[in-house]
Amino acid sequence: MPATPLLELRGIDKNFGPVQVLRDVSLSVPPGEVTALVGDNGAGKSTLVKCISGIHPVDGGELYFEGRPVTIGNPRDAAALGIEVVYQDLALCDNLDIVQNMFLGREKRNGIVLDEPTMEQMAAETLDGLSVRTVASLRQHVSSLSGGQRQTVAIAKAVLWNSRLVILDEPTAALGVAQTAQVLELVRRLADNGLAVILISHNMNDVFAVSDRIAALYLGQMVAAVKTTEVTHAQVVELITTGRNDGRGPAPDHEAPYADNVASGANP
Amino acid sequence: MSTTTTAVQQTKPVAVVTVREHISNYVSRLRGGDLGALPAVLGLVVLCLAFTIMRPVFLSAGNFANLFTQGAAVTVIAMGLVFVLLIGEIDLSAGFASGVCAAVLANLATLLGYPWYIAVAAAIATGVLIGLVLGLLVAKIGIPSFVVTLAAFLAFQGVVLLLIEGGTNVSIRNEALLAIANRNLPPLLGWLMVAGGAGGYAAVQLMRYRKRTARSLATEPITVVFARIAVLTLLLSAAVYLLNLERSRNPLLVSLKGVPVVVPIIALLLVAGTFVLRRTAYGRHVYAVGGNREAARRAGINVDRIRISAFAICSGMAAIGGIIAASRAASVDANTGGSKVLLYAVGAAVIGGTSLFGGKGRVLDAVLGGAVVAVIDNGMGLMGYSSGVKYILTGLVLLLAAGVDALSRRRATASGG
Repeated sequence: MPATPLLELRGIDKNFGPVQVLRDVSLSVPPGEVTALVGDNGAGKSTLVKCISGIHPVDGGELYFEGRPVTIGNPRDAAALGIEVVYQDLALCDNLDIVQNMFLGREKRNGIVLDEPTMEQMAAETLDGLSVRTVASLRQHVSSLSGGQRQTVAIAKAVLWNSRLVILDEPTAALGVAQTAQVLELVRRLADNGLAVILISHNMNDVFAVSDRIAALYLGQMVAAVKTTEVTHAQVVELITTGRNDGRGPAPDHEAPYADNVASGANP
Repeated sequence: MSTTTTAVQQTKPVAVVTVREHISNYVSRLRGGDLGALPAVLGLVVLCLAFTIMRPVFLSAGNFANLFTQGAAVTVIAMGLVFVLLIGEIDLSAGFASGVCAAVLANLATLLGYPWYIAVAAAIATGVLIGLVLGLLVAKIGIPSFVVTLAAFLAFQGVVLLLIEGGTNVSIRNEALLAIANRNLPPLLGWLMVAGGAGGYAAVQLMRYRKRTARSLATEPITVVFARIAVLTLLLSAAVYLLNLERSRNPLLVSLKGVPVVVPIIALLLVAGTFVLRRTAYGRHVYAVGGNREAARRAGINVDRIRISAFAICSGMAAIGGIIAASRAASVDANTGGSKVLLYAVGAAVIGGTSLFGGKGRVLDAVLGGAVVAVIDNGMGLMGYSSGVKYILTGLVLLLAAGVDALSRRRATASGG
């Protein structure tokens, strides 16, 4: 049975005034896989993510979620579909503890009183489900956590809500070697648990370590969408810097990417 | 015992915590810069001991009761300020806002002859309205709160002058209004309050303990829970016992004993404020906005609404503080809520441990800090020092508290790295 992509973008356009930031961008994101979104600064990665997560409305094109056309007008629409974004460093409040951060804005309540035991239990179960054992107490303030632990909490927060698609914006940018490995392992586990993952990264090592597919943006256009196993570092770097794709993946302005290998639906 | 505990902890990461572990956790939190109420409590104890040694009359029943009525207005204003400080803003106009509200109260109750409850309601409504306007200017237009409230500080000074018609004063004659800061509860009622307060606290704590152990979540050791309940009961009992002593110089003529009426008012505001901040989603969002506004926004919190409401609560509490001040002075004049009131209130909140950088603080801080400020004011007065010395000492204590705050923040950042 051919897997329907969880999220599919067709011909997305986005302008800021006279500047066209995204031009006819198509992308399909299958469940159970990590899709790396790469591109140079200003290529439109962040804008694309903001369109998907409802922060910016799109100016043209269509979004399909599980094959159904959807419109995502604000972050709540995205959350309702199960789309969660983990931002680089803006996700957590230092002065709150882990449980409080994970439920921020969506607290469980009994009447008007916060239902702390339920929240703590759910948080513990989620972290267990991700095999996270690095935090000593769920009630410690986030300010006392290391960079990797904070990123872990941010990711767990995204997973808590039965999310289907998790978008990670440069999750390892500020981390050391060991912590990066930790977070990448967690990213891999998300996909293995059946979630769709979009990973935005500048770091080719990360991309090749964890992704199943690579989608490259160049000056607002999707220049390639390929399987990670079929390309080399050098080719991806060339895609990012020059936009030339040497016939790999669809050329820009063509129909949906992955058209050739959707049918296989292969899980590594 | 300790071996079984570690075994349990290995299978289930968080289950039973021994008393010793609890204490060592607390110490490591202190080391990490999370000082909590410790500096304020220590300061209070040291100050009280020093004043008692130098002037034994400090600990007399009469002076003890004075402390509460002297510190009440500033403490209540400080409680409101905690909300504004929590979101990382400042309200410099809270003092004169309390003056404006007191003037509204006096005008309605004395000059226009409205019943006291209508005057009180109108004063508090005025406060909330002031806060809404300040909050809108800060949150929607984006003027820094320092500037908005500095402007309001000047303007409200003028409003008070206009409301009480140029320099005179309006006296408060209503018995109910005067009772707030000048009368005492019957001794029996004081003991009932102790029973209610300690019993309520015990019930809440034990229920929490039971709920958490039932779900095998990490809890404090039951010994610690009982110890806290015992300490609170002891403190409340001691205070009420002292306040129930006869403190009239001539008991045959007029008897003066019992808990001052302001005490249950402050206690009620303390419990309500603590409940809102610690147990409701609204309170959680206040902390979030103060901790990381952008994260709060991305979590779907209506940041503007939280900010505006914090200013409304602050000015509303300032109104209550103004009512208490008016009751204590039995009149409202151009200086009500002026001079050192605001500075003492901000000082109280910060001395208690509320951070000027936002995101950290409790309503209890305002009460502890208010007590420190009141003790300095009162004790230095007893020692016969002039206002000049009092101001200097209070200023130094405030500086010390802000220094502790800044250093503990640095410590927290360092340990979090």
